Amino acid sequence: MADVSAMLDLADRTREADAPHSQVVRFPAGNPLRLDAGLDFGPWQIAYQTYGSLNAERSNAVLVCHALTGDQHVLNDHPVTGKPGWWESLVGPGRPIDTGRYFVICANVVGGCMGSSGPASTNPATGMPWGLDFPVITVRDMVRAQAMLLDHLGIESLFAVAGGSMGGMQVLQWAASYPHRVFAALPIAAAARHSAQNIAFHEVGRQSIMADPEWCGGRYFADNTSPRRGLAVARMGAHITYLSDAALHRKFGRRFQDRDNPTFSFDADFQVESYLRHQGITFVERFDANSYLYLTRAMDYFDLAADCDGVVANAFRGTPTRFCVISFTSDWLFPTSESRAVVHALNASGARVSFAEITTDKGHDAFLLNEPELFAIVSGFLEGAAKARGLPAR
Amino acid sequence: MLNRLKYDLTMAEAARTAGGSRVDLLVVADMVEPGARVLDVGCGDGELLRLLETRGVDGRGIELSREGVNECVAKGLAVVQGDADTDLEDYPDDAFDFVVLSQTLQATRRPREVLEHMLRIGRHGVVSFPNFGHWKIRLQIFFGGHMPHTDNLPYAWWETPNIHFCSIKDFRELCQSTGARIEQAVALNAWGSRMRLKMPWWFWNLFGEQAVFLLSRPD
Repeated sequence: MADVSAMLDLADRTREADAPHSQVVRFPAGNPLRLDAGLDFGPWQIAYQTYGSLNAERSNAVLVCHALTGDQHVLNDHPVTGKPGWWESLVGPGRPIDTGRYFVICANVVGGCMGSSGPASTNPATGMPWGLDFPVITVRDMVRAQAMLLDHLGIESLFAVAGGSMGGMQVLQWAASYPHRVFAALPIAAAARHSAQNIAFHEVGRQSIMADPEWCGGRYFADNTSPRRGLAVARMGAHITYLSDAALHRKFGRRFQDRDNPTFSFDADFQVESYLRHQGITFVERFDANSYLYLTRAMDYFDLAADCDGVVANAFRGTPTRFCVISFTSDWLFPTSESRAVVHALNASGARVSFAEITTDKGHDAFLLNEPELFAIVSGFLEGAAKARGLPAR
Repeated sequence: MLNRLKYDLTMAEAARTAGGSRVDLLVVADMVEPGARVLDVGCGDGELLRLLETRGVDGRGIELSREGVNECVAKGLAVVQGDADTDLEDYPDDAFDFVVLSQTLQATRRPREVLEHMLRIGRHGVVSFPNFGHWKIRLQIFFGGHMPHTDNLPYAWWETPNIHFCSIKDFRELCQSTGARIEQAVALNAWGSRMRLKMPWWFWNLFGEQAVFLLSRPD
């Protein structure tokens, strides 16, 4: 009886990974995903959402790439948390990425936990989640998987690829891997490589997960446990890097949480502590700890120059893609200097590139927030690109 | 002669009514071959790039001010935030057919290096600048004893971005010393019209309020 309830529990916990609330394309073992780790992975699957409609010429598709802890639910309520889509500020009817004009596609990255193959998916050989038996994936693998999805959907060329943070890395990889399939590229708050400091932050997050005894060497599904505390701490640490000192001061300052005086304990006296704890707790409800390990690793490995004799410009030599690179002044995780390095490389390769740095105190997460200047720039860039592509005017 | 004058005035009028376009931009645009690849260094709010786009030019811009850049990108122009003094060295040789410095050279820290980079990156260079040798400026300094104020130079000395003024004569000397070839030179009078008369350089240096030079690489 206990076994049955454990199995039901397991089915419940892996449902979104195996049979998500999304459209899914399942590729058989005969059509594997070739991975940078040096193996052909299959059978495998990719989950995605679409918004708007594809025109007859199939020329108005926009691929949105999500960030580390994002997913394909750009514009609809989240099936697990019930919260609104994560990029409703930028994507939607009449928004800069206008679903009235463009056919927007967003797929869960491979290695994720919302329906594309990842460590939380069931390994057909064992009937149990893959866990650490899942192969290590890279940003290039994510992009290769998305390209296979587009092949399946019959979309040869994308009007635009857009994304922030890890999504921006995918955008750059898209432009490097498939220059003739990308008309316009919008990497926001991204970089051509993950910096040493960012790898260091990721390592702290991973160690915090692995230090949780309930992680069980990655086999927590089998042991019917969950490294909730480790994952929450990883999220708390990471969340600080997504904000800025100024934003934290503006939002919380040194204010106390529901009390007038310090309690002289290790309770969450300060509002900022309470906020971070909340961020940690809500995150574990929707995210798989092993997925967090795999996706942070994929970002760590990202280095466009490494594939091109150490010169990023070689990745874009002769590219027909038009780029709009955007950074934020208070982003210290993917600072403007990283975006500028991308721009230098694009200039050196003769690409048509725009670059804007937006003034904000909201830090790295600014790309998800209400930033009118960001909206104006994305709108203007896409409008110009749409004209060049011959799409009907707004 | 009269016809020419009429043409020039009409062009100047057209420029002013077209959203207050700076006249020197039309002169600059006329020097650029249609369909060329152009880099506009110090492109401001993108007025020249827009004008060039209507002529089938593949234009890119560099602009120092964040507001200018964001305005350009929002207009769909390919503009990057950057500094002429430091960022031109990142561009490869022969990346463009034309590199334009429209009212930019006098605001750079090292005009000579900027000019050299310009003719390395592009086959041709177009430079427009306010002529510090103009008679009004000479009078203001000579009789007024203060730094000049004109419509083209509206800033006080302590706030001006223009840190390296030169006269038409000075600019010719710089071209000579860098080996840049002067293909064409146009002086604009106080009304923003071209001075088409065939006159000696000293005349232009005295009466030209602005100057536009088309340069090419040393042989």
